[in-house]
Amino acid sequence: MPATVSVQNLIKTYDKGKVLAVDKVSFDVKAGELFGLIGADGAGKSSIFRILTTVLLADSGTATLAGYDVVKDYREIRNRVGYMPGKFSLYQDLTIQENLEFFATVFGTTIEANMDLIRDIYDQIKPFSNRRAGKLSGGMKQKLALCCALIHKPEVLLLDEPTTGVDVVSRKEFWEMLKKLKAQGITIIVSTPYMDEAKRCERIALIQNGRIMSVDTPGNIIRAYPEKLYAAKSDNIYRLLKDFRSHPETDRSFAFGEYIHISLKNDPTVNRQLPTANCQLPTVNLQPSTVNRQLEFLNRIAAENNHTGIQIKEIEPGIEDSFILLMSRNDATTNLQKTTEK
Amino acid sequence: MKELLVFIKKEFKHVFRDPRTLLIMFGLPVAQIVLFGFALTSEVKNIDILIADNSKDMISTQITDKIKASRYFIIQEKNIGGTDIDRAFKRGGVQSVLIFPANFSNDLSHEGKAQVQIIADGTDPNTAKTIVNYLTAIIGAYQQEKFPTASLRYQILTEPRMLYNEEDNGSMNFIPGVMALILMLVCTALTSVSIVKEKELGTMEILLVSPFKPVMVLVSKAVPYFILSLINFTLILLLSVFLLHIDIKGSILLLYMESALFILTCLSLGLMISNATNAQQTALLISMMGMMLPTIIFTGFIFPLENMPWVLRTISNIVPSKWYFLIIKSVMLKGLGLQYVWKETLILMVMTAVLLTIAIKKFKIRLQ
Repeated sequence: MPATVSVQNLIKTYDKGKVLAVDKVSFDVKAGELFGLIGADGAGKSSIFRILTTVLLADSGTATLAGYDVVKDYREIRNRVGYMPGKFSLYQDLTIQENLEFFATVFGTTIEANMDLIRDIYDQIKPFSNRRAGKLSGGMKQKLALCCALIHKPEVLLLDEPTTGVDVVSRKEFWEMLKKLKAQGITIIVSTPYMDEAKRCERIALIQNGRIMSVDTPGNIIRAYPEKLYAAKSDNIYRLLKDFRSHPETDRSFAFGEYIHISLKNDPTVNRQLPTANCQLPTVNLQPSTVNRQLEFLNRIAAENNHTGIQIKEIEPGIEDSFILLMSRNDATTNLQKTTEK
Repeated sequence: MKELLVFIKKEFKHVFRDPRTLLIMFGLPVAQIVLFGFALTSEVKNIDILIADNSKDMISTQITDKIKASRYFIIQEKNIGGTDIDRAFKRGGVQSVLIFPANFSNDLSHEGKAQVQIIADGTDPNTAKTIVNYLTAIIGAYQQEKFPTASLRYQILTEPRMLYNEEDNGSMNFIPGVMALILMLVCTALTSVSIVKEKELGTMEILLVSPFKPVMVLVSKAVPYFILSLINFTLILLLSVFLLHIDIKGSILLLYMESALFILTCLSLGLMISNATNAQQTALLISMMGMMLPTIIFTGFIFPLENMPWVLRTISNIVPSKWYFLIIKSVMLKGLGLQYVWKETLILMVMTAVLLTIAIKKFKIRLQ
């Protein structure tokens, strides 16, 4: 299947080249795919979206959407893309109905003509259709914004942080809606800073400091986690983190909710020669004996430091663990580049 | 076309649902007209005068009645003299005193001449002069009427006329100025803010991504404010005719055409400002503060341009409201036709064309 969205070596800087927002980004999105851009605030997600929706020009690199070039054929793209900007907040002083009607008309269509596409979402906000958009809850606003973005049956839907500032229930509902839209054949690119939402996408791109660290399915990214991961907690969690961090055998350890996630250096099964960002990480298959040995080792460190209420267990790594691992490597390469530049 | 109509309808909704916009749009003109028409008038009215009639004869009473009949004076009658007058001025209850000496009419009939004394408060020279002029005129008129053939055989009578403003209506000069000021501020500010608001809300991003032509965004923003400004103009006209009793001498149609042209100039300026800014605050600051002072100073309705040094007079030429003010004064107050204001009209047209071209050229079809 041909790629609906194709991005090649995109570079975008702001302030006359001083701020590098997008750094040689390349990725492809297949037709009908639900693709996620995962990264913290300021990672460059919005810039990529704006380049794809033709409202921003890249410094270099190319991007095509539905076969059209984002610079040359911007008019064609503007007819085919549905876009929900990150800070999109609709017209506060217009009612839901008026907002919808306005956007439908601007996109050269009517609400009725596309009812089948937006019905599920529209039905939820219909009881409030005479309420002004400014008086809606965050979740409701997002649903309305999604309706507005869908109103002209776009081939590609670009959603820039649609769930930021929305409550957990509405976020869940929102992702259910995206799934339904995907089933109707719409290609969706969605960005989010929330790692837990990543696994709802078919494929994700992890992005940091304008650079893509990895593009794969969430499952593959998790499986590629090179080491065993352990979760630990004790009565004094902060001191425990410090103790683990200061131990020479600890590779990485960071606070994660009420636990500390740790992996150890002394891991015989891992080949350490691969800290480049984009290459495929090897799948690890640790012997149970190794796990036991490492657990024992961690317990011993905690006990030596007089911790009480110690709990340490082996866990499955999540997207966030992978993200943090890739992030530290990304930082390392950036620093390496900086030192060579000097 | 349908898109454009819906867009324009939407703009009207924005205006009518926002009390602040409505207030600026329609409250400002009313407030300005009332202020300039009543409060800030240069006319001297309601003068407190004390008439000390020591003669109490027929002529002094008749003159007092004449003064009473004029609408400029508030009269107290009391026989005072010397130090009491000084005290009356110091207390501030009196702006001038008129004293008829004893035997006023006797002197007049026997000696053929009599004196009245007018005392005015010289701390405000302009007002004092005006009061003295008023009283001299009233007494002079009485004399003419009473003794037409009396006094000198040869005399030169000055016969002043205030052309185009026979009643000496002080609001007349202000109205065209206020019109220029209001249209300049309201049009420019509201137009620029309405576009910048879309940028702030993020809706501009959507509009840009939509198939709607970017330039049409400008058109749909300009049309509602054009219509509203014409309504505004009508409101000012009605207020000046019915509240300030201004007589519109020229053609109403020409007045509307010229105003429409000036509104277009202001709209283009507003669109230009909105292209250059990204925050409502900035847009408002530029269009309100940045425009207010030049408009007030360089339009010529408060400070006469003729008195300014040539540098400032040259600068005033690039202020559109100056030309509009000249046009409106000629058409509305003097009743002149297009043949007398074509030069000013042409200048406004060129300004509009230039501003509009810049606004459209600079309108970004992308962000940044």
